[in-house]
Amino acid sequence: MRLNELKAHELLPMIRRKEVSVEEVVAAILHRISAIDSKIRAYITVAGEEALKKAKEADARLAGGEPARPLEGLPVAIKDNICTQGLRTTAASRFLEGFTPFYDATVVERLKDKGAIIIGKTNLDEFAMGSSTENSAMFPTRNPWDLKRVPGGSSGGSAASVIAGEAVCALGSDTGGSIRQPASFCGIVGLKPSYGLVSRYGLIGYASSMDHIGPMTRDVRDCALILGAIAGYDSKDSQSYPGELPDYTECLVPDIKGMKVGVPKEYLDEGLSGTVRDAFMKALDKLEELGAKVVEVSMPSLKHSLAAYYVISSAEASSNLARFDGVRYGYRATGSDDSMTMMAMSRGEGFGPEVKRRIVLGTYVLSAENYDKYFGEALRVRSLVTRDFREVFEVCDCLVGPTSPTVAFEAGEKTRDPLEMYLSDVYTVPPNLAGIPGVSIPCGFDEEGMPIGLQIMARQYNEEALLRAAYAFEQATEFHKRNPEIEKYTKEPAGGEMSV
Amino acid sequence: MFEPVIGIEVHVQLKTESKLFCPCSTRFDAPPNSNTCPVCLGLPGALPVLNKKAIEYGIKTSLALNCRVTESSRFDRKNYFYPDLSKNYQITQNAFPIGADGYIDVVVDGTERRVRIKRVHLEEDAGKSVHEGGTITGAAYSLEDYNRAGVPLLEIVSEPDIRSPKEAYEYLLMLRRILLYLGVSDCKMEEGSLRCDVNISIRPKGSDKFGTQVELKNLNSFRAVERSLEYEVRRQSDVVANGGEVVRETRHWDEASQVTVSMRLKERAEDYRYFPEPDLPKLKIEKAWVEEVKTTLPELPGARRMRFISDYELPQYDAALLTDTRELADYFEAAVREYDGSAKTVSNWIMGELLRLMNATGTEIGEVKVSPGDLADMLKMIDKGTISGKIAKTVFEEMFAEGKSPEVIVKEKGLVQIADEDELLRIVDQVIGENQEVADEIKAGKDKAIGFLVGQVMKLTRGRANPKMVNELLRQRLSQ
Ligand SMILES: [Zn+2]
Repeated sequence: MRLNELKAHELLPMIRRKEVSVEEVVAAILHRISAIDSKIRAYITVAGEEALKKAKEADARLAGGEPARPLEGLPVAIKDNICTQGLRTTAASRFLEGFTPFYDATVVERLKDKGAIIIGKTNLDEFAMGSSTENSAMFPTRNPWDLKRVPGGSSGGSAASVIAGEAVCALGSDTGGSIRQPASFCGIVGLKPSYGLVSRYGLIGYASSMDHIGPMTRDVRDCALILGAIAGYDSKDSQSYPGELPDYTECLVPDIKGMKVGVPKEYLDEGLSGTVRDAFMKALDKLEELGAKVVEVSMPSLKHSLAAYYVISSAEASSNLARFDGVRYGYRATGSDDSMTMMAMSRGEGFGPEVKRRIVLGTYVLSAENYDKYFGEALRVRSLVTRDFREVFEVCDCLVGPTSPTVAFEAGEKTRDPLEMYLSDVYTVPPNLAGIPGVSIPCGFDEEGMPIGLQIMARQYNEEALLRAAYAFEQATEFHKRNPEIEKYTKEPAGGEMSV
Repeated sequence: MFEPVIGIEVHVQLKTESKLFCPCSTRFDAPPNSNTCPVCLGLPGALPVLNKKAIEYGIKTSLALNCRVTESSRFDRKNYFYPDLSKNYQITQNAFPIGADGYIDVVVDGTERRVRIKRVHLEEDAGKSVHEGGTITGAAYSLEDYNRAGVPLLEIVSEPDIRSPKEAYEYLLMLRRILLYLGVSDCKMEEGSLRCDVNISIRPKGSDKFGTQVELKNLNSFRAVERSLEYEVRRQSDVVANGGEVVRETRHWDEASQVTVSMRLKERAEDYRYFPEPDLPKLKIEKAWVEEVKTTLPELPGARRMRFISDYELPQYDAALLTDTRELADYFEAAVREYDGSAKTVSNWIMGELLRLMNATGTEIGEVKVSPGDLADMLKMIDKGTISGKIAKTVFEEMFAEGKSPEVIVKEKGLVQIADEDELLRIVDQVIGENQEVADEIKAGKDKAIGFLVGQVMKLTRGRANPKMVNELLRQRLSQ
């Protein structure tokens, strides 16, 4: 048995029963990382020493008879745009290469409080702007299923770390699909919660009105577990949802008889690849077989959502990223004569091309003469999308569609054409505009063995319906049990093989 | 003949304990960068959380300025780069200010003028830059202090209703008076808790068109506002009278040489790329909250002035002076309550002796040691004839310096008035005896000289003699 391939809900009881020590678990994960991460490159920073120290402390507490906390000893990876106290947080930008926050993001604080152990910080597209993790200023991450391909993005490092057994669970962030699309590309479960359900405090802002933090896990039960650990009101995030939350693991009942599942016909357009379409159709059959009532719905506003998304997200980004000026922290250019020039040069040298592209776009759409034509128009589209979703959810319990139009593409394939890269988000963007939850779960593999994702969406704050449908589908299928053959990438044993 | 058209923008720091969007202290004199946190330093991942007290102060001020309070408000981002602006955007209220469409009534040279308030909105202050070498472009290095970053500001913008430099001055005085009455700000220009920018244009008298606006900066006192406006009226009038055109620009007031100097031309409005602040929810201000705040409003200076005139029968001048600050007006009313005589007497003593001593010693009304009750007691002693009005001034000085009650001072110093006729007659006779020549002159009809003899009696009694009685007794003796 491989410790690092266990799900959290399998591992935690073993730790609780002292069948395995936390140190053994963490050591297994670290061993795995040192054996394979030079190929995958999921991590920007590995906090090995600190993780082992925390593991030993946990073991000592457990040996002393202290009760195990809910996530005691769980090795998690954190996307590197989420602040971790005393642990470098770069957002995969040259600008923040040397930045170590003195505060934890609320989600990190919550995970730590519940006993989870931070293994390290995972790679992403710089400032979460991208769909392939190739925009990282550090290095690209590769897809563990096929090293020639991208893991998706921007949470590519988190997705790859989970499926490669370099972490048991991970946190990602999702502004337009950055959790769900890499989850789909890497064959794991990735959930973008409702807006406000999980605190954004400590997440390096990209587009505040659409930024979300969510779990990236090997199965739906782990997803519910991690969601429960990080969700809930936080006074430090003014957009935080103040309502009572259910125990998400309790809604994991594999029964969707009579559930009304809508399929927006706009999700099955010409951009959808054949293999993904086939897998999706089979998934619909499976849902029907499980007793769900599948109906086609139409949401005409969706065809404008990608454009609206790029306008709004770039506008907010142009302002959110203004703080990176080299005055207080981060990269500072040398050779300028005054502070204003220093600020401009620092930004010019510290940001990568995709970040600059979006800042320029955002600055343009917010300018007085363009505001109404672009930003105002995008806001109107946004309210239409929100309205369309609301209306559809009056008749449907949830919506399903493919997570991404294609499987993971090859590295370098789309980097030359930003617009083609943007199209990769076409199905994941609408829930961000509307603030509704969406999850991607494995629903098949193409003929080359690349995973395909199914996206399920539900009404705002109805994560329960989402998780129930996802769980029922997962329990009736085998896709989540498949693992990439990591061993073929390395001569050494791939680590983590422990007898317990 | 030209008339100036003036509009004023005032920024005041609100007197909240903590900043507008984080829990940091708003203390003015802390060591650089000690009142900071991830939020006000603009660190990655930090998010703003709105200070409810600042909203309450915003509502309060809006109500006091007769504004309509916006039920459905929000915050916007104003984007511009400057090293003391930690996020390189300022969270402000652009589209939906908390208050709008109000007015202030100002008395200028005895006539009341209404200046409309266009808007009242909340925003965060920036930090402070110190450029080694003067300006940002020429500096060897710049230092940044973010203690002030995020301190709540209220911006109060008038309509261009002001028609003279004097009126601008009175408007500012009244606005500050109102804000101080409300207790929402210290309004100290020297500490930067009140700042103002002024726009001025001129036009032919009677015209309803607006001329080209000039913005005035570096106005460090209300007097500077008045003087700079006087200068600008002259300058712009000269330009136009000589066939020239006023250019749209920002001018700097040079206090030393009392002139305005051109800083930069304003070719077009800067584009701040305002958009709704996505890190904050919409700001809903419930009617019930506004009503609740309304009940906490104090009586405002204008209303109080009117009441002082009608209730206490004070002259306009007294009423205006006494209502200048809430504390002074409170002091007056407390003294009047304790005293059974005329309110005008109380007013005279406050405006005369009290304000004179306060000015001479640089004492604020809150620090004055004489309680309103003590002042009333002293006035009663005058009325009863225990002390003379003249002696009372000495007594009051002592009360002001030492904080003792008038009874104690009068007893300690033996200042009780001599009103005993026999005792006074003895002294009067002594004085006449010693000044026979003067007495003769008076008898011969030089009535004025009697003042000299009264003075001698007062001198002998160290001012304690009842002057009225002394006068009568002298006349009585000299007419015999
Ligand atoms: Zn702060």
